[in-house]
Amino acid sequence: MDIFLQQLFNGFSLGSILLLVALGLAFSFGLMNVINMAHGEMIMIGAYSAYVAQNWFKDLMGERGLDYYFIVALPFAFIVCCIIGMILERTLIRRLYGRPLDTLLATWGVSLLLQQGARTIFGAPNVQVTSPPWLKGGIDVTGDFSMPYIRLFIIGMVAVCMALVWLYLTKTSAGRRTRAVMQNREVAGALGVVTPKVDVLTFGLASGLAGVAGCALALIGPIGPSLGTYYIVDAFLVVILGGVGQVLGTAVAALSIGWLNAILEYQTTASLAKVIVFALVIAFLQWRPAGMISRRAAR
Amino acid sequence: MFETNTTAPTPSRPDLAFWMRTAAPFVIAAVLLFIVAPAMLSDFRLNLLAKFLCYAILAIGIDLMWGYTGMLSLGQAVWFGLGGYAMAMYLKLESSGDSIPDFMNWSGLESLPWFWAPFRHVWFAIPMALIGPGVLGFLLGYLVFRSRVKGAYFSIVTQALALILSIFFVGQQQYTGGTNGLTNYTELFGMNLSDTSTQHLLYYITGGFVLLTLAFATWMTRSPFGRLMIAVRDDEDRVRFAGYNVGLIKAFVFGISAAIAGLAGALFVPQVGIISPANLGIVPSIEFVLLVAVGGRGSLTGAVIGAVAVSWARSSLSENYPDTWQYFYGALFVGAVVLFPGGIVGAYRSSVSWVRTQVRGRSTMPGSPSLEIDRKGATSAD
Repeated sequence: MDIFLQQLFNGFSLGSILLLVALGLAFSFGLMNVINMAHGEMIMIGAYSAYVAQNWFKDLMGERGLDYYFIVALPFAFIVCCIIGMILERTLIRRLYGRPLDTLLATWGVSLLLQQGARTIFGAPNVQVTSPPWLKGGIDVTGDFSMPYIRLFIIGMVAVCMALVWLYLTKTSAGRRTRAVMQNREVAGALGVVTPKVDVLTFGLASGLAGVAGCALALIGPIGPSLGTYYIVDAFLVVILGGVGQVLGTAVAALSIGWLNAILEYQTTASLAKVIVFALVIAFLQWRPAGMISRRAAR
Repeated sequence: MFETNTTAPTPSRPDLAFWMRTAAPFVIAAVLLFIVAPAMLSDFRLNLLAKFLCYAILAIGIDLMWGYTGMLSLGQAVWFGLGGYAMAMYLKLESSGDSIPDFMNWSGLESLPWFWAPFRHVWFAIPMALIGPGVLGFLLGYLVFRSRVKGAYFSIVTQALALILSIFFVGQQQYTGGTNGLTNYTELFGMNLSDTSTQHLLYYITGGFVLLTLAFATWMTRSPFGRLMIAVRDDEDRVRFAGYNVGLIKAFVFGISAAIAGLAGALFVPQVGIISPANLGIVPSIEFVLLVAVGGRGSLTGAVIGAVAVSWARSSLSENYPDTWQYFYGALFVGAVVLFPGGIVGAYRSSVSWVRTQVRGRSTMPGSPSLEIDRKGATSAD
């Protein structure tokens, strides 16, 4: 029972990271019809940003820097990824609007370039981030079931990010414009929304969120140039399962896949669990082709 | 340029010129493959070319799906790998003699699993390499297309399939050999696989299958069914309103394409000597699509040219620049899509028509298959 609870908890924290990644994908996919295969590399860049921030603070303050670096690493990763995302949108993706399958191939090429770039800068072997001392340890609930502070912190961080995204989308005028373009690009454009500006901002936001997710991943595992590739496909499955452009659907789907993976891994093996999850997603799409929550607006 | 006829009506009684136009690529390919290449290349390079030709067969299958029917599968390596594993199971059993394969011993298996047993017979293994992927592809395709998963969604579902199958094959070590895959084969049909003569023979067989697949695909795309494929690509809903079962058409093409990929995999294994989960993951799947993107989607000869050209470029880049070749490779992806959306064939066509315009003052090129496949309609699920 304890192990089961532990799995459930791990599934929850995995699902929350997946959510952060998938949310960005859902934006670029739902808003611009762009399949961004380089999104995984934003995770990788975010993780390396945490590594860079850690090294800076170590150089600056010695061991004491470990206490503070992560507070800076999060916004740093967000900004770095946001800028790279915006450059990517301005230079490449803008040329490919309306050709989703082509964006898929081109961004895959970009992801190869970024991976190789990381290999050139940081070397091929994995690097490791020392997690801040105040995140060591955890809450022991019962016997074998404990909740490490790191995972609790990640869950809390995702919750904060989600709340900020929600506030942005509903309470700010920029967010309102984003939603308008998502619902109907032509009409929004006709009513005076500068759609290219919305595109570049949203793309930056999506990339930034992936960067934050990468920062979180840096805490729980090694960082390597191909870190992003492990998460990108799962994240896409989440987007499909949740319904494109649906924030709530994405959230439900991410947590379901995270949990399902964790529970099935406990019952069977890790590899079999992946197969079963995939089969379940296909089966679910038979029942609800447009995902868990489909857009009901008339077109 | 025979594919250009896809939009022009076929003459009711094909004349000599039509047949010559149709046969020309085959004659040129046959001369290059069977006379020029063996005379010019060393044994090592010839073996390498044979490997590229396997990719060419696979690329024809991808082109049928993507260029003609408008479905981009990012999981073709799955079918390639399954075909390869079917062949590898036979080769492994053949080289193990009466005992069970070595890796099963290491994993603690006592006897041969039931699903391995029939692969002792080569005439089971080879048909299975085609039928297995074909049937599985059709079934998966039917389930997916029935729920109108299309465009980018379909691509991602197939990509997930590739990821999951490769993880699964790594995980089931006692049945599949795990990460190492299946290797150390000795003989095929009683011939020693390491002999140069056997490798030469396999090269010619592969070359023959390239021509055969090309002929089959040409016939398929020109048949009435081929028209239907192009119609599905250009406007799926209209075909549906006309009373056709679009899901079935797409699933059928997917199955054919999977069977072709399985054939390519079965030819690949005895020549390369290994198949492992690395051959059926996401990375090879996307690289296979690049072959067609560079060659020119919607052109069968383009697929073959692209497959050989890209594989050759990849192998010479990684030989000469082992540290930085991925930069070139990534740039190739971006460049192929942004600068040459029609690929090599598209660039050739537009330059030919440009020259003709300069000479005669107007374009005489017939309309080539449009590259508008993904511009509209093919993307959203709603």
